Amino acid sequence: MALSREQIAMRVAQEFQDGDYINLGIGIPTLAANYVPADIEVMLQSENGLLGMGPNPTEDELDADMINAGKETVTAITGASIFNSAESFAMIRGGHVDFTVLGAFEVDVFGNIASWMIPNKLIKGMGGAMDLVAGAKNIIVTMTHADKKGNSKLLPKCTLPLTGVNCITRIITDLAVLEVKNQAFYLKERAPGVSVEEIREKTAGELVVEGEIPEMSFA
Amino acid sequence: MAGFDKVVSSYAEAMAGLTDNMTIIAGGFGLCGIPEGLIKQIKNMQTKGLTIVSNNCGVDDFGLGILLEDKQVKKMVSSYVGENALFEQQLLNGELEVELTPQGTLAEKMRAAGAGIPAFYTATGYGTPVGEGKEVKEFNGRPYILEESIMGDFAIVKAYKADRFGNCIYRHTAQNFNPMAATAGKITVVEVEEIVEPGELDPSQIHTPGIYVDRVIQGSFEKRIERKVLAK
Repeated sequence: MALSREQIAMRVAQEFQDGDYINLGIGIPTLAANYVPADIEVMLQSENGLLGMGPNPTEDELDADMINAGKETVTAITGASIFNSAESFAMIRGGHVDFTVLGAFEVDVFGNIASWMIPNKLIKGMGGAMDLVAGAKNIIVTMTHADKKGNSKLLPKCTLPLTGVNCITRIITDLAVLEVKNQAFYLKERAPGVSVEEIREKTAGELVVEGEIPEMSFA
Repeated sequence: MAGFDKVVSSYAEAMAGLTDNMTIIAGGFGLCGIPEGLIKQIKNMQTKGLTIVSNNCGVDDFGLGILLEDKQVKKMVSSYVGENALFEQQLLNGELEVELTPQGTLAEKMRAAGAGIPAFYTATGYGTPVGEGKEVKEFNGRPYILEESIMGDFAIVKAYKADRFGNCIYRHTAQNFNPMAATAGKITVVEVEEIVEPGELDPSQIHTPGIYVDRVIQGSFEKRIERKVLAK
């Protein structure tokens, strides 16, 4: 069975290490904050200028001056810091943020990512995504393996305008965990009940399968 | 005005000197930390052909979005736009130009302008549409693109408190682009929630030193929330 959005988020959260500073994009990446393992501590960075983002506020805590990069009202955890946009992107572009997790339309075997622009549709902008993919030490892309028509999103070469080049090393989809290296996708894990054949069928770029591929564990 | 006292008493005085086709650098992220009264004053002045450098362009009836109503804006330099219908319409009609700029590059363009740095290299945007036509240089084997800084004829800034000398502090994430914007205006105008006397703010807690600031005005703010989300 393909994973649900929540299950993808759960699998993403397994990648986090104790002490990581993490930037989560909008959508599935944001959900990963709900599944951080209980025995580790991570700190969430929001690129509008908040390190140590907490949950959404109660009505009593609501404050127009406290928002996240998605413009939603949030709180700050104990030990948080707040700073200006240049400082925020200095920590992103300077490689100080350990992890960034973001969605994508397409990823290719060169580690290129397209996530912000579909030609001939209204283009709203890249926000901080280009800075994040150029700067973070580790980037995880979360997306469905194929689009609604069944077209693969893991390609020999991206067709849409790029967000960044040679920057993606790890992808977590509803079917698989993959690494990007040597101009190929290396299959690392399968979603429970999903066969290597199905993954191969839905991966347009070169897929490398080495040995037995374990199923993801959600214990 | 005497000595370092930068306080002005009217919005007309605050924005005096703004004329058609000028460039304005504006602080704010979405509707958070925006100089609401200064934006309304620009609308009242009906200045046209403006280039506005700001992370976003407000919403239909609030923030920078109100400057679209009478087609005062020629060009937006932003990282994320299109939260409003009028914006989309003017963009599709070709009445409005947009230069989409990565958020960190936008912040750095303001910061660099204020620091007297005309351009800088960054990896952000290399190999993407943003990098097209820009100079590329390799450092330690990695390609970077050359981005130019942006100075404004005016900078409009929202601060929490300022003293009469223009020393400013910001509150929470309403800080965002405001400190960089403050440095990047030939004339920098700060609209504040509270004006205090010099000495009331701890000198070591000042975010924007008064040297960057030309005018300070007491504002009144609605502080509209764009996406109110409460704990479940």
